[in-house]
Amino acid sequence: MSESANNNKPTVIELTDIHKRYQMGSAVVDALAGVSLNIREGDFWAIMGPSGSGKSTLLNLIGCLDRPTAGRYVLSGEDVSDLEDDALSDIRLRYLGFIFQSFNLLPHLTVLRNIELPLYYQGRSIEEGHQRARELAASVGLESRLHHRPTELSGGQCQRVAIARALANDPAVILADEPTGNLDTKTGAEIMSMLHDLNVQGKTIVMVTHETDIAEYANHQLHMRDGLIASEGATA
Amino acid sequence: MIRRSQFLRNLRLGLENLLLHKLRSLLTMLGIVFGVGSVIAMLSVGEGASRQALNQIRRLGSHNIIISAEKALEDQDSITSGRKRLVTYGMTYADHRRISETFDTVEHVVPAKLLRKRSRIGSRMMDVRLVGTTDRWFELVERDVIAGRTLTPEDITERKAVAVITEDVARKQLAVEHILGQPLRIGSDIYKVVGVVRNEGGEGTTIQTPDRANDVYIPLPVARERYGDIDMQIKSGSFNREEVELHQIIVSVDELKNVEPTAKAIERMLTTSHKTKDYRIHVPLALLRQARETQRTFNIVLGSIACISLLVGGIGIMNIMLASVTERTREIGVRRAIGAKKRQIVHQFLVETIVLSSCGGLIGVLLGLMVPVVISKLAGMPTVVTSWSVGLSLVISVAVGIIFGIYPAVRAANLDPIEALRHE
Repeated sequence: MSESANNNKPTVIELTDIHKRYQMGSAVVDALAGVSLNIREGDFWAIMGPSGSGKSTLLNLIGCLDRPTAGRYVLSGEDVSDLEDDALSDIRLRYLGFIFQSFNLLPHLTVLRNIELPLYYQGRSIEEGHQRARELAASVGLESRLHHRPTELSGGQCQRVAIARALANDPAVILADEPTGNLDTKTGAEIMSMLHDLNVQGKTIVMVTHETDIAEYANHQLHMRDGLIASEGATA
Repeated sequence: MIRRSQFLRNLRLGLENLLLHKLRSLLTMLGIVFGVGSVIAMLSVGEGASRQALNQIRRLGSHNIIISAEKALEDQDSITSGRKRLVTYGMTYADHRRISETFDTVEHVVPAKLLRKRSRIGSRMMDVRLVGTTDRWFELVERDVIAGRTLTPEDITERKAVAVITEDVARKQLAVEHILGQPLRIGSDIYKVVGVVRNEGGEGTTIQTPDRANDVYIPLPVARERYGDIDMQIKSGSFNREEVELHQIIVSVDELKNVEPTAKAIERMLTTSHKTKDYRIHVPLALLRQARETQRTFNIVLGSIACISLLVGGIGIMNIMLASVTERTREIGVRRAIGAKKRQIVHQFLVETIVLSSCGGLIGVLLGLMVPVVISKLAGMPTVVTSWSVGLSLVISVAVGIIFGIYPAVRAANLDPIEALRHE
């Protein structure tokens, strides 16, 4: 997992001088004030920084949930800086997988149907969805919990369902927003080793965290301050 | 294929959400339930009324005007006074002639003398209404001929002593098949039975059909010759004599639109030639207008109830769906983050609203099927539930779902995914 090994890999995320400006009443806030970043395939990035530093905004932009005010964003070779809402939805559907701090599973759906959700929006057949969801559930060790609802599961199990869901569309990048924030240390470590394994298998992961020991799992660390990149570097 | 599976998926989601909050869903549906129920009830009452009217008109003849003799009010009390006197009333042969000669719109005019007599075939006696009329009677009062024939023009011109009897009379006298050719005696007069016709007018019905169950039809000239125009009746010791030339004149009009104007014109003509109002004009077609009027009143009342219920129901549904959107903001955020397009969110919530409103519609249909039964029982109104009224109600309930579901669904779709994901 050395820096040099990944240098030959193609770039998945290419941010060039990204600005994000919010109008808060009469005040104008520059959440991002010119961020440029290259993330290669197979990288595992941890974005860190104090609250208000712009790390969440950056993750939302990378996740195509928001558009930059200025700058260029190329994801998997596609310029997504100025896409319409529908096209952005399509990009999320095809290239991205999300993992959230509070799991964000749909409470009334079973584990199986939660995992299937992206496949359903991709228009896959029900049989195909079932098949793939079962495989994914097995890969995160939840094959015995397929028909349980999230309320019947522990936090760690919920986050594993969320990881399976994020993997369902075989995304180019997995985006994780404080994935261990709602978990105890032991379960958090389990989830992180699961993400680490995914990265070893070749998945690109971008994670926001404010815990340094969690950031240790990543092979690149990015520190944000006042909407700018304060420092950036490879770890391990 | 994808569209269909999306629809089925959303349908399932909608049903699941409906079952998740059973009481809430049921309360939300109530407005639609009552609205749809009253739509069906309204249409069933309307349909019942118009069918009843049509049925009556069919029995009376839609092109007919029936003029009946009726003792004028000033003559009525004199009957009970017990004095021996002669009362003259009703239509005259001159009236008959004038009506047939005056109006272009009149096709046929059928005169009738109606006499109460006691008849006898073999040894069986019964009270009949002897109708002295012409062959045209059977054209204006169309009834099935069960056996033999009706009166012919020759019967009239040659003054044949023949009689056509009704099914009821035939049954009471003898078996229908064997009665043809039998002699029917009225007093000392003998008539040969030549035909049997079906009768519509029962004794118990409220509407006045021109025919009665106990009719015996004979040629008018024969009736006039044998019985004259003066009828004597002995009633509780007093002795009444009535002079009536014609008890009934049935007029058939060429076109439906001319029926009522012609009736008015005939009335004007009779007013000038009759000193007292000793007749009554009955227009079957007017029944239809009457029925439509009743129907309209009912439609307005029930229609307003239905509209208000549907409106209130729709607003109730919209309210619940807006609450549901707020409650499920995070779900919407997750779906959007995963890659759902705005229109897929719209579709999901719209289908859910339609599921809610059409379930209400279905319950409303069940209610609507029961209400007409109760109306028939309590108000004595005929009701007919047609399949298209059930169809219409279901269409309406789906439409309510669409109309009142659009706004919450669009609101759900327009939520900012980032905000929605942060929502507590």
